[in-house]
Amino acid sequence: MSPLFQGVLTVVIGVGGCIGYFWTSNLVLDKVLFPPRGPNAGRNINRANAIRPWLFLLPAMLALALYLVYPVFGSFWRSLFNRAGTDFVGAGNYVALMGDGEFRGALFNNFLWVLFVPAAATFLGLLVAQLTDRLKWGNIAKSLIFMPMAISFVGASLIWKFVYAVDPDIGIINAIRDTFGMAPVDPLQVGFWNNFFLMVILVWVQTGFAMVILSAALRGIPEETIEAAIIDGASPLQIFFRIKIPQIMGTIVVVWTTITILVLKVFDIVYAMTGGNFGTQILPSYMMEYMFRDDGRATAVAFVIMIIVLPVMVWNIVQANKEVR
Amino acid sequence: MAAASDDGIAGAKSGLSLVTNVTVLLLVILWLIPTVGLLVSSFRDRDAIGGSGWWRAFTATSQNVAISTEGEFTQTPDGWTLTGNVFGPDGSGEVSAFGGRRSEPNAFAPGETGELVRGRTLTIEADGDFVYVDPDAEEPSRNPTLYVATEVPPTFGTGNYETILFSNGMDRAFINTLTVTIPATIIPILVAAFAAYALAWMDFPFRGTIIAIIVGLLVVPLQLALVPMLKFHNTIGIGQSFYGIWFAHTGFGLPLAIYLLRNYMVGLPRDIIESAKVDGATDFQVFTRIVLPLSFPALASFAIFQFLWTWNDLLIAKVFLPSSAESWVMTVKIADDLLGSRGGDWGILAAAAFVSIAVPLLVFFTMQRYLVRGLLAGSVK
Repeated sequence: MSPLFQGVLTVVIGVGGCIGYFWTSNLVLDKVLFPPRGPNAGRNINRANAIRPWLFLLPAMLALALYLVYPVFGSFWRSLFNRAGTDFVGAGNYVALMGDGEFRGALFNNFLWVLFVPAAATFLGLLVAQLTDRLKWGNIAKSLIFMPMAISFVGASLIWKFVYAVDPDIGIINAIRDTFGMAPVDPLQVGFWNNFFLMVILVWVQTGFAMVILSAALRGIPEETIEAAIIDGASPLQIFFRIKIPQIMGTIVVVWTTITILVLKVFDIVYAMTGGNFGTQILPSYMMEYMFRDDGRATAVAFVIMIIVLPVMVWNIVQANKEVR
Repeated sequence: MAAASDDGIAGAKSGLSLVTNVTVLLLVILWLIPTVGLLVSSFRDRDAIGGSGWWRAFTATSQNVAISTEGEFTQTPDGWTLTGNVFGPDGSGEVSAFGGRRSEPNAFAPGETGELVRGRTLTIEADGDFVYVDPDAEEPSRNPTLYVATEVPPTFGTGNYETILFSNGMDRAFINTLTVTIPATIIPILVAAFAAYALAWMDFPFRGTIIAIIVGLLVVPLQLALVPMLKFHNTIGIGQSFYGIWFAHTGFGLPLAIYLLRNYMVGLPRDIIESAKVDGATDFQVFTRIVLPLSFPALASFAIFQFLWTWNDLLIAKVFLPSSAESWVMTVKIADDLLGSRGGDWGILAAAAFVSIAVPLLVFFTMQRYLVRGLLAGSVK
């Protein structure tokens, strides 16, 4: 059976199964378990309405529990065992990680990524959002800068591999160096700075995301505040930094943290560009090196990533709770 | 005043507005250069890519060629003479320079009479007509070789795409990507929509807690799920297969789906839903007849997100699909196969990249409105 046909069949069975489940479970609830008739009609309606939300939630909750909640504990538990998963080694995998120079390098590089990528992408996104705000062709410009968002990280890596190519007849960086009479270099092998050349790719992708959200936030600023500032004689720069920025600060924080989380998870770029060589390893790509070879070590790395993400997670939950109330 | 408030930062000064225009233009060009470079290269063959940068692909390039002449010498008062055209009797082209030795193909300009060794002379016109004269008494034993610099017009072709699609397994990878994407996009929507409705419009204990947990799950690194879930898939017997990746994508896509849809459904007008309930509609009917159709924009936003995410994913495909060539999706094919085996073949790599990003780009440009709306609902609120 061809996989594509299998896929279509799965869609039919999946969608049909979902509709069937929701429809049947509601029917059973209303017609069989608690029919709104007879002497207990009122009590039955209340009981049915108390159960119904859980029927609606059940499939989603099961999937979430299985694929996202259980793995947090499952991975932690697995990280306490050795490579084969047979012997309990306690914190052994974590101790081994700390002793591994490559892991410490990956941690340091990840730290650089977290510092640089969200800052650069948010700054550039804000710049473009402000500059295109009242431009006639602003929407076209935004659309073109937003475009890399649709491209896979693998595709983006390939696009930039071409830019960084050593041959001055292929790579535009070395072509520019060539016209100034400089010898060609491989940007991906320049110690330390090669990390930033990889980060540029993610900044290139994520600037569009920051721009779209910040652009909407800028549009949402009440006109009166800006007009009042103009009447008071504020310069354009003052208006931007003293009036606009404070009003969209909340959105800037959201954009910043969203990109930070992404940075901690993206392994594709390093994997496709350098394979973690030349001192460019980061935690997600380091983990993939051990995936399939040493699950104990791999889950330990995954849990380290989880711990780094945790503060953002807590902050998100606190924000969401404020909204719901 | 109207003019001043027209642009907050520029104060509507034309000088500043010119600076703004130029800055944005430069940024856009900077953003496009990498993609355009790859797009242009995907239509050039290997020799053209190695011969000149893609930024010169649209101008004629100079190429040095050695031409073995054919034909018979004729006796003239000046000596033995050979005439003809360097591009052959049927060819055409333009000679920019010529010479008599391999080391000096640019010694003479077209139309000049070049003095070669031993009194021989050579004249080549720009259109390729040449006259070669040898003053020797004996007829030359073999025909001379001419060295000519010609302008080669730019050539583009779809050869790379044909290679990658019909002899390289990229067609298979394309089908595989499609196979992963379709169920992984459609199934989470339905599951999430019911849950989102319950969280938005039904009253029950722990509702706030569940919403908070879902917000927390939004940022759980997927890396955590790889080892335990692969083990789970092996235990229940689906192992590394398309079923495994469909389930995985469904699970991983749910938090965002529920979050986006709930945020949207909460904003629907309360009157409509309550009046329907007063008229005797059950929650199931309210959901299917009223809320679901009204939520179409949010459903579309999530569908686009999930589509782009599953289409572009490398990590989950590497872990949850078999590692054999027949189940490679395009990202795995490029990252694990082509970048290694075709590392230097830029035309092939470029074509492969564009095959893989063509569909997302199409979706992106046709449905950008929904994508932006989804981003805003997910982040600004």
